[in-house]
Amino acid sequence: MILGLETSCDETAAALVTADGRLLASIVATQTELHAQYGGVVPEIASRRHLELVAPVVREALQQARAGLDDIRAVAVTQGPGLIGALLVGVASAKAFAWARRLPLIPVDHLLGHVSSLYLQPLAAEPPFLCLLASGGHTMLLDVQEPTRYTVLGQTLDDAAGEAFDKGARLLGLAYPGGVEIDRLARQGDPEAYSFPVARVPGLDFSFSGLKTSLLYATRDLPPAELERRRSDLAASYQRAIVRALSERIVLAAERTGASQVAVVGGVAANSELRASLPAGALLAPLALCTDNAAMIASAARFLPELPYPQYLSLDAYAAA
Amino acid sequence: MPELDIVTASSAETEELAARVARELRPGDVVLLRGDLGAGKTTFVRGACRALGITRPVTSPTFTIAHRYVGEGIDVSHLDLYRFQSVEPEEWGALEPYLDGATCFVEWPDAGEGFLPAARLELDFRHIDPEHRGITLRSAEASLLQRLSGC
Repeated sequence: MILGLETSCDETAAALVTADGRLLASIVATQTELHAQYGGVVPEIASRRHLELVAPVVREALQQARAGLDDIRAVAVTQGPGLIGALLVGVASAKAFAWARRLPLIPVDHLLGHVSSLYLQPLAAEPPFLCLLASGGHTMLLDVQEPTRYTVLGQTLDDAAGEAFDKGARLLGLAYPGGVEIDRLARQGDPEAYSFPVARVPGLDFSFSGLKTSLLYATRDLPPAELERRRSDLAASYQRAIVRALSERIVLAAERTGASQVAVVGGVAANSELRASLPAGALLAPLALCTDNAAMIASAARFLPELPYPQYLSLDAYAAA
Repeated sequence: MPELDIVTASSAETEELAARVARELRPGDVVLLRGDLGAGKTTFVRGACRALGITRPVTSPTFTIAHRYVGEGIDVSHLDLYRFQSVEPEEWGALEPYLDGATCFVEWPDAGEGFLPAARLELDFRHIDPEHRGITLRSAEASLLQRLSGC
């Protein structure tokens, strides 16, 4: 089995995946319950914090999989993009682990990792497909031709879709996590009550910054009682605008590339309206693997070349994509 | 501290102002950007990046926390502390490399107080109406503000 490690930003995660893509364990040291506060979770970015958590998440993954160190035949790790200090902890830990056990190491791109959440069983998706990656930090359309080869067709020019959800929730006075709260509230609201403009940018790129600003202008002069009364309609209309922007671009990109399959990965893939708006048969990342995790890293590693022991000792992380 | 008030009538004008500011900046300079959601902070940083030869998308670092771009003869770092209540000393270690040898723009900087080096320029953004933004520039260097107001 492959041990995966992910420390690209504010999560420390470990997972175990078999060579044929069965997920045996996925541990994410999320602090959500501990740190949920109005407006957001305090990100844990300290290198020392990642360092403290790496060994415990690996231990817990082994326990969950009822496996031992001898069962691991390769170590996969996120090499980038992300916060450089955070990435370095993962890369250094993976190197140390692989070196001590004389195992090969497999560096993985974080974005390819998100796509690879689709390759795990039972979904076991096979390219080619058109993939929307939408999270708090990223929004891009990828033409995935082979398991580890993709072309970027479009991306956000300002805010990511997940960020639009989060900041919209803040403007509506909702609790964290914002995307989940908007999704919940939107079910009680009228999505046509407000018309929020979805910025038309050329090609297959996205823009969500203007949408956030128009929600601000729709809410900022409302007295609290009025905001309360209209909150579900505002949430429904705002969510409709984001989902429409995403789904229209997916359809357009699929037409342009002739893709017969479409897929959605990343945190926003958990949104119920987005899921419902996709064509039947769309490939959706498993809910538990939408946000950052190490299972997707180990999954990607199955298709990537191994660096044999000990040729990876000088391996570096990279911050920018 | 000397200050300068400017009103921009569009995001393009905000980017133009940023381009003028960018031409005054050197590696090691820190610029702080404060203001409401949607007030133009990321737009400003994008304008500065464009003026410094950075052509790739300049996106909001709210979730990714820090980006570093390689420009023409200068690196630009873009930090966003929106998600922080405060920054702990050991967390600062994860952000410090972004200040090394780069001009650094910091959105929502208040959580980084005590760690961020003295800013060469501080900007306050406010909404006037959907198109117009009021931008107050503050700097200990009166001559810098004077050059920026003269254009």
